[in-house]
Amino acid sequence: FHSHRNINQDVSLTVPPAQLAAMRKHAVRAMPGSDWQPLEITPGLPPERADVVIVGGGVVGWSVAYWLKRKERIRDGVRVLVVEKDPTYSQASTVLSVGGIRQQFSLPENIHLSLASAEFLRSINEHLGVLNEDPVDLQFNHSGYLFIASEKGAGIMEENYRTQRYAGAKVTLLSPAQVKEKFPWLNTEGVALASYGLENEGWFDPWSLLNALRRKAISMGVYQCFGEVTGFRYSTHSMPTDDSHQMSFKRIRYVNVRMPNSLEYQPVECAIVVNAAGAHSGKVADLAGIGSGPKDTLAAVPVPVEPRKRYVYVLHCPDGPGLDTPFLIDYSGVYCRREGLGGNYIAGLSPEEEEEPDTRDLEVDYNFFQDRIWPLLAHRVPAFECTKVASAWAGYYDYNTFDQNCILGLHPLVNNMYFATGFSGHGLQQSPAAGRALAELILDGGFRTLDLSALGFERIFHQEPVLERSIV
Amino acid sequence: MCVSVARPYSTVARSPSTPLPLRSKLLFFLSQHFYDVEQLRCLLHPKFKGWIQVSISFHTSVPLCESFTSLAYVFALWFVFSSAVARSVSHRFSGQSEWFRPNEKGKFSWDFVNFQEHPIEEVDVSGTVINCTGLDNLGTAKNLRTLSLRGCREVDDWFLSRLHIFQESLEELNLSGCPRISVGGLCALHHLRKLRKLDLSSLPRVQNPGLVRILLEEVLPHCHITGVEYDEGLQAFQEEKDSEALSSTGTGA
Repeated sequence: FHSHRNINQDVSLTVPPAQLAAMRKHAVRAMPGSDWQPLEITPGLPPERADVVIVGGGVVGWSVAYWLKRKERIRDGVRVLVVEKDPTYSQASTVLSVGGIRQQFSLPENIHLSLASAEFLRSINEHLGVLNEDPVDLQFNHSGYLFIASEKGAGIMEENYRTQRYAGAKVTLLSPAQVKEKFPWLNTEGVALASYGLENEGWFDPWSLLNALRRKAISMGVYQCFGEVTGFRYSTHSMPTDDSHQMSFKRIRYVNVRMPNSLEYQPVECAIVVNAAGAHSGKVADLAGIGSGPKDTLAAVPVPVEPRKRYVYVLHCPDGPGLDTPFLIDYSGVYCRREGLGGNYIAGLSPEEEEEPDTRDLEVDYNFFQDRIWPLLAHRVPAFECTKVASAWAGYYDYNTFDQNCILGLHPLVNNMYFATGFSGHGLQQSPAAGRALAELILDGGFRTLDLSALGFERIFHQEPVLERSIV
Repeated sequence: MCVSVARPYSTVARSPSTPLPLRSKLLFFLSQHFYDVEQLRCLLHPKFKGWIQVSISFHTSVPLCESFTSLAYVFALWFVFSSAVARSVSHRFSGQSEWFRPNEKGKFSWDFVNFQEHPIEEVDVSGTVINCTGLDNLGTAKNLRTLSLRGCREVDDWFLSRLHIFQESLEELNLSGCPRISVGGLCALHHLRKLRKLDLSSLPRVQNPGLVRILLEEVLPHCHITGVEYDEGLQAFQEEKDSEALSSTGTGA
């Protein structure tokens, strides 16, 4: 009795109260019901197995994921994983895009892609509406595109107009007098012909589209992982051709996804890989060993997609053109559109091959505006003579160095790698239809709604570029 | 100590032995037939104008391709009438003889096929669920002068971008009360060069109605825009400033 009391007293004296509290807290955490694990599991790891791994979480990647889930016939029929390197999307081409959509192309495939995408955007809440969530608001401005051609390019513009009308785009040709009457703020000197889109053309908010696709795809069961693809594990098998050359074909078995700010990686076992990595598609293709074969063979042809930096400038001009400003594209290449209602405009120009800026970072060169853009812009729209640059940003094009059109399809030498890349500035406007086309390729085995076989890999291997005939 | 009072969720849960008093019975009946009562109330209101009205003008112009145009014309009018029928509400016959509209039972007379050579001039589809695909059916009405889209909840910016087909002829456009229209669609109205009257009242998605009116008047100089005052977007800003000033003085003191 006396000793019993002494023992209790001894125990309470030897363990200090703070340590006792810490022990109690640790014990509570170890009880079932808390998320404490004795072996720490990294949060955010991708699943160990997936059917389709989409490399790249931009608008094209999420569009493919959405359409794959939409076309699966049974619930959870396809397990889709989207791997995105940067959770902040700070350098993603999608969110840095100017956001325009047009049907005024010369290639019928491009026109159909854009038209189908506009159709998708028109009924976007039917496609991407999620129960109990806010409806999607794209802030679509239906202002149309106005292309201006000089004497040299007028013939090409007329032929393009016929192709566009045949494909179903609502475009109209305007003479210089009609342009002056419709848009009195435009200087029609040097203008021979203009092409104006009446419907389904304009600009919208790319971030809303990306978030809508992402939200809907995740609600349909797509897995999202933030990490970088650092390698592929593939198996190779060789087959002899008719002239008894050995051709080796690869099949990707595992995708190594490395966690951000860490050396830890998860090999994801997969059946199909979709390369929708945008400006970095070339690097991802190199990881799969494409383009590293013996010289003068098909295996030596790399995927011709590389990043190109483009500047976008926000201008403020209080006396500028009003609410009827279309997305103006001059024959010199300079483009300009209205932004908001406060007299702000967005302008840019594609630089020549020789003056391509360095793609290591996204720093903006303001001299480019002063030297190249402003003279051309002030000539075309005299009100822009007194304008000032409010801000600017730069973004990457996933530039197809071969023919500046997208690459959609399976690679002939890697049996399970699909490509949806190389859009060269048109990725946003073609993403819904391109995602659907790729989902049809994967799940149906071929194109069903739009025949885009002209945009596959065959043209690159046969060295037959499919070029857009732009007005000069 | 808290006391919770459980109210019955509906009076139907009452046991059958205690009959409802007459007043409760009446209220219950009215609550069960809420929408019918609402429609009755609207019918009896003298200013209610939600009927389909189509006015045929007695033009002498003859369309180029008679047979095809007449078929499309008939279909356009059938579409307009049947979309009114889809509202499944009994319509009151208004008594104006120039307008063709469905009668009480939703039936409309097919007399308009007698006027096939005469182009449609005014269409009033207020309160219907017409959307931009439905506008294709009206596409043959090349001489349309008045279009009233008051209270059409499915009319959105894509619908407005398609109105350019009437750019040669449209003179009056009523867009009031369409909840889906925003500035992105209004900027496509500059095609309508002949527009003289534009009604933009109660468009909830347009944030700066006064500014939009100024910009539209710049683009369409001959058009008279009603329903919007120049300072409409500004009032909210002034109230914000006042409330900020009040709160800052409050915290300061």
